[in-house]
Amino acid sequence: MTGFGILLGKELLESWRTLRLPVVAGVLLLSGFLSPLLAKFTPEIIRAVGGDQLGGLTMPIPTVVDSVGQLLKNAAQFGALAAVLLSMSAVAGEVERGTAAFLLVKPATRAAFLAAKLASIGVTLGVGTLLAVAGAATYTAALFEPLSVGGWAALAGCLWLSLVAYAAITFLGSALSRSTAGGAAIGVGGLILLAVASAIPTVAPYLPGGLAALGGALALGRPAPELAGSLAASAGITVAAALLASWAFRRREL
Amino acid sequence: MDAAVAIRTLGLTKRYRDVLALDSLDLAIPAGSVFGLLGPNGAGKTTTLRLLAGLTKASAGRADVAGVEVGTDPAALHRRIGVLDQDPRYYGWMTGQELLELAGRLHGLAGTALRVRVHELLERVALAGAARRRIGGYSGGMRQRLGIAQALIGRPPVLLLDEPVSSLDPEGRRDLLALVQTLRGETTVVFSTHVLNDIERVCDRVGILSAGRLVAEAPLAELLERYASPVYRLDPEPGQAAAVAVLAARLRGAPWVTGVVEGAGGLQVSVSDVDAAGRELLPAVVAGGVVLAAFERQRPDLETVFLRIVAANR
Repeated sequence: MTGFGILLGKELLESWRTLRLPVVAGVLLLSGFLSPLLAKFTPEIIRAVGGDQLGGLTMPIPTVVDSVGQLLKNAAQFGALAAVLLSMSAVAGEVERGTAAFLLVKPATRAAFLAAKLASIGVTLGVGTLLAVAGAATYTAALFEPLSVGGWAALAGCLWLSLVAYAAITFLGSALSRSTAGGAAIGVGGLILLAVASAIPTVAPYLPGGLAALGGALALGRPAPELAGSLAASAGITVAAALLASWAFRRREL
Repeated sequence: MDAAVAIRTLGLTKRYRDVLALDSLDLAIPAGSVFGLLGPNGAGKTTTLRLLAGLTKASAGRADVAGVEVGTDPAALHRRIGVLDQDPRYYGWMTGQELLELAGRLHGLAGTALRVRVHELLERVALAGAARRRIGGYSGGMRQRLGIAQALIGRPPVLLLDEPVSSLDPEGRRDLLALVQTLRGETTVVFSTHVLNDIERVCDRVGILSAGRLVAEAPLAELLERYASPVYRLDPEPGQAAAVAVLAARLRGAPWVTGVVEGAGGLQVSVSDVDAAGRELLPAVVAGGVVLAAFERQRPDLETVFLRIVAANR
């Protein structure tokens, strides 16, 4: 892994200078603090807009469960999109532009080149996830009731790991493909496959989406018996995708 | 590997599906020399340099560069080489100085040593004034000069330059060639170019590739001597067209003459036997009654050699 630290520094600087980090952080922060607001006020908005047309239909009173659920939906969707966008050109884009060749004739291994990129994506998603959860925790406490910091931290960890798993799948696509579009296609294809697999109830908790949902249960102080297996599955997907990407990229001609 | 040889290839071959890009290249480049790699488009020059840099894997054969067998320890190889790509691409969001600092750190430089080396190279490639500008705003020539600087940052014993002067203006070209000349003796430079004049100016050995095969390789002077047939230029005084035409016809019949070209300026006589030409050419002119304004034995140039060798190997 010669050169990993130096390349990671370069990746983080690039993430900042090209606005990837600020944009992802901003979008996830927005999704974080909007989630409790949407959970709180959506029924009132429907009541106000629907008026008499709602007939005898009564809107449920929103609770903290709706707030956490809304966060999971929003952050998972925006986060997965960010994970794909960050990863799809990570390797293929550098190879296409010719900048990979500049770095890879320096004393840095290809494994370090890939690891630095994946770590930088992880940091970007991590900052975004932390901001989203912090925003959601603040507004949930203000609009509903405060939840434990430990629960929110567990939610942030689970959400982050699930997003990193999505990113790793797309990253693998980017390392296998000769183009950014190819990397995106493989990444989106992987997400679709995971979505299809999540329809199987026994499998769903062990997929990245299931891990995020388990994080929601932890935030609400509910039991999450599948947590260890789910964590292991998402970590396994991430590590396997990274190792496969490294194996494929070692053989790649630049 | 012999310490006096910086680069050695044995049967180095690269095949892209049905295309044989490089065919069993055997080469030994002495340490400290400036080696010019010549060849028409598609001859295999870039493929050779990419194989030596470890960017492409050989289909067969092996290459040793600066004491490292290519493909065995990439980090060790890359500590010992500097590479300039044909069309260098760098991070547009970085400044030139940041790019050199990144390259320097990867070569193990840090602190004052890094700052001094970066400053020195920016001065050397005339980019000190643009050091803090984003590379995205650099011209092609500036990118190429930055490319030279990043290739030199680790003081590599071997420098691989693929068409290094292609984007440079005449002044930049002159400066780069001067820079390469200063490296002679301390760094082995492999230099591919289409500009034969540049090769003649800086290289002490030349290899000519044609259709993936090395068809000639020797010190420049030896190559010129071996392959170039001398040409004599005869400039007659005006008003002798008929006599000159008769002389040209006579010369074409001489066994030591390989060609006679009649032009507005006079005659160009290519010969196969310099001794015979020395003895018989001027007597033939005198016998033909032609009065000369000028007579010159022209030095064979690399372009003539190159075109002859490539044509013969098509």
